[in-house]
Amino acid sequence: MGEDAGRAPTLRVPLEKIDDYSWRIPRFRPGMQVPGLIFANEALIEKMKTDRTMEQCANVAHLPGIYKNAITLPDGHEGYGFPIGGVAATDYDAGVISPGGVGYDINCGVRLLTTNLTEKDVRPKLAQLAESIFTNVPSGLGSRRKDFTISKSDQDRVVVEGVNWLIEKGMGWAQDAEHCEEQGCMKNANPDKVSPTAKNRGVTQLGTLGSGNHFLEIQKVDKILNPETAKTFGIEAEGQVMVMIHCGSRGYGHQVCSDYLRVMEHAVQKYKISLPDRELACAPGGSSEARDYYQAMACAVNYAFCNRQAITHWVRQSFQQVYNQDPEKFGLKLVYDVAHNIAKVETHNVEGGKKKVWVHRKGATRAFPPGHVEVPQDYRSKGQPVLIPGSMGTSSWVLVGTEKAMDLSFGSTAHGAGRMMSRSAAKRKYWGGDIKAGLEKRGIVVRAASSMILAEEADPAYKNVDVVADVSDKVGIATKVARLVPLAVVKG
Amino acid sequence: MDKPNKFAGKFEFLEHTADAYIAAYGATMEEALGNAARAMFEVMTDTQKVNPAHREAVEVEAEDEYALLYSWLEALLVKFEVEGMLFSKFEVHSFKETKEGFKLKATVWGEKFNPGKHPQKVGVKAATYHQMEIIREADKATLMFILDI
Repeated sequence: MGEDAGRAPTLRVPLEKIDDYSWRIPRFRPGMQVPGLIFANEALIEKMKTDRTMEQCANVAHLPGIYKNAITLPDGHEGYGFPIGGVAATDYDAGVISPGGVGYDINCGVRLLTTNLTEKDVRPKLAQLAESIFTNVPSGLGSRRKDFTISKSDQDRVVVEGVNWLIEKGMGWAQDAEHCEEQGCMKNANPDKVSPTAKNRGVTQLGTLGSGNHFLEIQKVDKILNPETAKTFGIEAEGQVMVMIHCGSRGYGHQVCSDYLRVMEHAVQKYKISLPDRELACAPGGSSEARDYYQAMACAVNYAFCNRQAITHWVRQSFQQVYNQDPEKFGLKLVYDVAHNIAKVETHNVEGGKKKVWVHRKGATRAFPPGHVEVPQDYRSKGQPVLIPGSMGTSSWVLVGTEKAMDLSFGSTAHGAGRMMSRSAAKRKYWGGDIKAGLEKRGIVVRAASSMILAEEADPAYKNVDVVADVSDKVGIATKVARLVPLAVVKG
Repeated sequence: MDKPNKFAGKFEFLEHTADAYIAAYGATMEEALGNAARAMFEVMTDTQKVNPAHREAVEVEAEDEYALLYSWLEALLVKFEVEGMLFSKFEVHSFKETKEGFKLKATVWGEKFNPGKHPQKVGVKAATYHQMEIIREADKATLMFILDI
């Protein structure tokens, strides 16, 4: 597997085993403000040792004002500056905010819809449904709907008003907003802080799935592990059909990140911040650079919520077209919409007191516990739904947030499977046509814009998401509710 | 499906777990920058199928060489996303150090993306500075960079 590894680590990082699922990187360099904390089993740790995940975790521990630990989650792998699959919380005033701790695809995230249909109900129309969704939801390179265009001033409203803008336009149901993180509208969004280039990239891409690892799946509930919580989330029975949507803020968010990485490069010099890696570029919490980034990021966050909202509308429309009945009749209610790449201002218990912090979640899912005010009212007795998509053709997971996540990981857990194999290695090893045939043999319908993507996204190229969910459950930073498996896959 | 030698001497795709890791070569910086751009479009489509029918001038300025490579790729990516343009031919005329940093002037050729004609590969989210290397030798320039995809 040597050829499949990322770049070899350049630094020997000391590692102490805490228990079967937790590891500590001690403060072995003088600049480390806190230790590193990794949640993984032996196999996942071995994988992390083959690239620079641990070195990057140790680098993050250098951030000014960072609290408790630099955290790497079970799906952690090498990213830009920060590992992907990580959490860093810094003091609101004395700490820093870093665009690299959020990533290029701001609010890349997942939403899950329930239906009241069973596998048996949809099987006869499954291919037709997948085809209809593939037609209605633009996916793949440069794809867009000709009948859905927004002006730049509309876009400025979209990123301030969030999913409510689309709901008012008839592209959603009132309850949709309640079941989104931030109610589908992050506050402090200010389009004046977003560059014209970002706006130009965004205006043609709202309501598109994109390509790469983004997907839309019709799934069924394979196994319910926590029936009471599952029921609260609308997951009633094994065999129930669900729809999962995984995408982000498209070119709008990518450009916001790119623009502010440049701003932060200058801020590092201006405020004389010493960092072990240029890609951790950041600005002090109270600076104008930090405020501007946060306001621009919030725009991209809302763009992504709306992107998933528009796609949801077209999924409902697809059911309507195929069955010739109102979508309400099939349920198609939003279980939850959760961000995987985001920075938030939150209050956490630190050093015996409550502290206002910047929580960076990069490839991490918020996992708030029962009773938390940010958890929707109807779920509050159980905790926040956590959605962890698998790779193409494998399972995905619904978990629930816990009090332990508040203690250990600033209310966060893993976000996905994480790649094991490079795209080029996957392409050499697999062929898109074989992958499709293999999935179809298992009864999974596949509609993809590019057969090359199928090979690149082949399942063995990823870590097993079941193991990732298992580690989260064992550590207790989000516990298992239900396992979902795909019936149909739609990809860019 | 992929013929790795198709662009031998111009650019190659190196191993990377999550993204596209590219090494672009040239006898000069200008040539290497052109090949770097070609490699980015090859990530998205088969550039041999992109007819160089339409011509555009591109100018980019940045504070250092690394930022210039980043901005050059970003400028072309934005042209794809905003105007739907794919490019397959690149001529960087000048690559100069100025008082403020570096400046590049280029002509690029391509055509509008047509899903019926141009095979879809992977969309590029962004250029990155991650593991970016610029190696300038007497008769050779090598640019190494990662595209977030």
